Amino acid sequence: MSKAIELSLATFAALLALFMAAGAEDAVYEFHAYLFFIVAVLTAFWLIGRETATDDLDSYMDGPVRLGVLATVFWGVVGFLVGVVAAAQLAWPDLNIEPWFNFGRIRPLHTSAVVFAFGGNALLCTSFYVVQRTCRARLFGGDLAWFVFWGYQTFIVLAATGYLLGNSQSKEYAEPEWYIDLWLTIVWVAYLLVFLGTILKRKEPHIYVANWFYLSFIVTVAMLHVVNALAIPVSLTGSKSYSLFSGVQDALTQWWYGHNAVGFFLTAGFLGMMYYFVPKQAERPVYSYRLSIVHFWSLIFLYIWAGPHHLHYTALPDWAQTLGMVFSVMLWMPSWGGMINGLMTLSGAWDKIRTDPIIRMMVMALAFYGMSTFEGPMMSIKSVNALSHYTDWTIGHVHSGALGWVGMISFGAVYFLVPRLYGRPRLYSLRMVNWHFWLATLGIAVYAGVMWVSGIMQGLMWREYDPEGFLVYSFAETVDAMHPFYVARMLAGLLYLSGGLVMVYNVAMTVLGRERAEQPIAAVSTQPA
Amino acid sequence: MSEKEIDSVTNVETTGHEWDGIKELNNPLPRWWLWVFYACIVYAIGYCIYYPAIPLIEGATQGLAGYSSRTELHQEMATIEAGRTEMLERIRQADVAEIQADPELTRFATAGGASAFKVYCSQCHGSGAQGASGYPNLNDDDWLWGGSIEQIAQTIRHGVRYEEDGDTRYSEMPAFGRDQLLPRADILAAAHYVRALSGLEHDQGAMDEGARVFAENCAACHGENGHGNKELGAPNLADALWLYGDTHQDIVSQINNPKHGVMPAWGDRLGDALVKQLAVYVHGLGGGE
Repeated sequence: MSKAIELSLATFAALLALFMAAGAEDAVYEFHAYLFFIVAVLTAFWLIGRETATDDLDSYMDGPVRLGVLATVFWGVVGFLVGVVAAAQLAWPDLNIEPWFNFGRIRPLHTSAVVFAFGGNALLCTSFYVVQRTCRARLFGGDLAWFVFWGYQTFIVLAATGYLLGNSQSKEYAEPEWYIDLWLTIVWVAYLLVFLGTILKRKEPHIYVANWFYLSFIVTVAMLHVVNALAIPVSLTGSKSYSLFSGVQDALTQWWYGHNAVGFFLTAGFLGMMYYFVPKQAERPVYSYRLSIVHFWSLIFLYIWAGPHHLHYTALPDWAQTLGMVFSVMLWMPSWGGMINGLMTLSGAWDKIRTDPIIRMMVMALAFYGMSTFEGPMMSIKSVNALSHYTDWTIGHVHSGALGWVGMISFGAVYFLVPRLYGRPRLYSLRMVNWHFWLATLGIAVYAGVMWVSGIMQGLMWREYDPEGFLVYSFAETVDAMHPFYVARMLAGLLYLSGGLVMVYNVAMTVLGRERAEQPIAAVSTQPA
Repeated sequence: MSEKEIDSVTNVETTGHEWDGIKELNNPLPRWWLWVFYACIVYAIGYCIYYPAIPLIEGATQGLAGYSSRTELHQEMATIEAGRTEMLERIRQADVAEIQADPELTRFATAGGASAFKVYCSQCHGSGAQGASGYPNLNDDDWLWGGSIEQIAQTIRHGVRYEEDGDTRYSEMPAFGRDQLLPRADILAAAHYVRALSGLEHDQGAMDEGARVFAENCAACHGENGHGNKELGAPNLADALWLYGDTHQDIVSQINNPKHGVMPAWGDRLGDALVKQLAVYVHGLGGGE
């Protein structure tokens, strides 16, 4: 796009933001309009001040990837920190600081920060990196990739500040109000254009499996987001809106969205990441081409129907509950296909688990992926769900997937990318990667273990009857019984967060070009006794 | 695009594709994986035949089991109800004293009362019935309106100062300070006297004046010795239990501008049988008279 068009778009956005601010009917909307105005003005100045493109148009476009890796690390640590705060608030309710930092606002801040800010940036930057290299083509659309990156950061800041100021459309993982949703839609369509355009101009005859997964993630998330966010604003100059759906239809749409946010954002997208970085780091071929085809298509076909298992034993008709459950059960093997393909790619390179902490992270990610994709189908079975639903078991399940799979595979990719993107011979410290690995692993293990115990205890207490047929425990008593587990969960979160801080230091030092003087990990144990 | 080759480590042929140095082996699908996948599909089909599954234009297939989660819930609830019907009927027929005389009924009523207490009463009285400032402790033997089982049942049924219920317990101590019924000095003296009644530290010099004020203004309800009157809901001032605190300041404040706690009437909401069960439970906590 020519500079003139880009500049006029930025100016138009700035003017629009000014009009929105002028007519704003509530404070949050006004604040967001000014925020958006500042972003648009900064963009315009950047466009004016920029020298005419000096980039080599034949090389890969790694600018957004370079920043994206840093954004991933930054938002990751922010998200983990907010998670620790939320965990502490559950253990000690006095920590609810009204009104901005109460649990009701901190919780969506945590989930959005880790899923969309940390996970989203990890997917954005790795997909831009991977698609260029596996297509041997520069990103399509020129500055569009920059728009996607900065537009997405703007979305994150709008959403996060909106939560803290009390804005929410009360849909889990889809809390931002209508105008933020519209902005995300624009950014996402641009993302799709960049990604698809790059694939279309590829110089390889075939499309690599990682790109199938990334593309399915981008397309499906677009569809999920647009449908679930359908809402009628009370006014075009106010933040409040009402969902197009109501009652059980609303619940079903929400969980069709919610479960596939897990399925396509946190599973398919990260499988794309796995399919590139695991073979690269292990320097081994992918185990089975056929398995990748079969598990890809079965995964994306089955996942989309599994949402109703979030609504077992509710007003949702029985037939829909049945289908939600059986599609979840059938999803078990397609999910495991990714784990098998990832782990078996290491055949011939198993020794690297001992010598390479990055591989160790990726293997742990795949192990947790396998664990939670077994646990998921199991929990969708109605008789199991009758015990597990609404309890902390579900929270534990989500976190073994999120901390174990999504977190670990992203850390692995970050450690792979940073030296390459910044032209460093190696990471600042591999031993620190090992520290990160153990802190994170210990954190996940404690978190998942504690939530299993407390969740199952909670479920059993809720349903315990005495011989006369009366409920034995009041709700408050079950909450009281959870306290020690909540404290332990917060400590587990602290472990995971401290691992993240080790990563921040390691990444920062690598970017600055330092190398820590340390004994190589492999040398320790290869000496014969 | 490279040629197909044999991977030297695993002796498996590659597909011949290559992207950024990544190749693919041409391994077949793992057999166990495929068979477990098939088994899951077969299970899913079987489950869909047995349970409601396929949406039709009107409703959905009902499945061989004729299952419905609504019916299942109603059956489970009916089973519990059926188990209780006989006992509940006997409780309905009996008065609270008769329930207490029958060990079987007492056991049932105590269990039912405990369960209901956690839902309806614990918010104010605490899950252990230990009370809080302004909310009476139900474990001790200090009762504002009487601690016999009949009196407890009456309080639960009609509440305290609950205006919607015509038979509610009602007492209202005058606001001696706010309504200027007594000068400030009299109130301070009376508060010292009240503390003296239960042996708390007090100003010896205020005793004569305090005794006079008490006899003229307080004794009518709280009794000459401050032992209270359960007919009127007037608390005993000569014991160690204080609903709104025992400091001189607390007592002055209560004489000045008394707090009047409200308890809802539960009779209409919970029904007679449950009120009786709650009374049996509360009476059995240890303080019942």
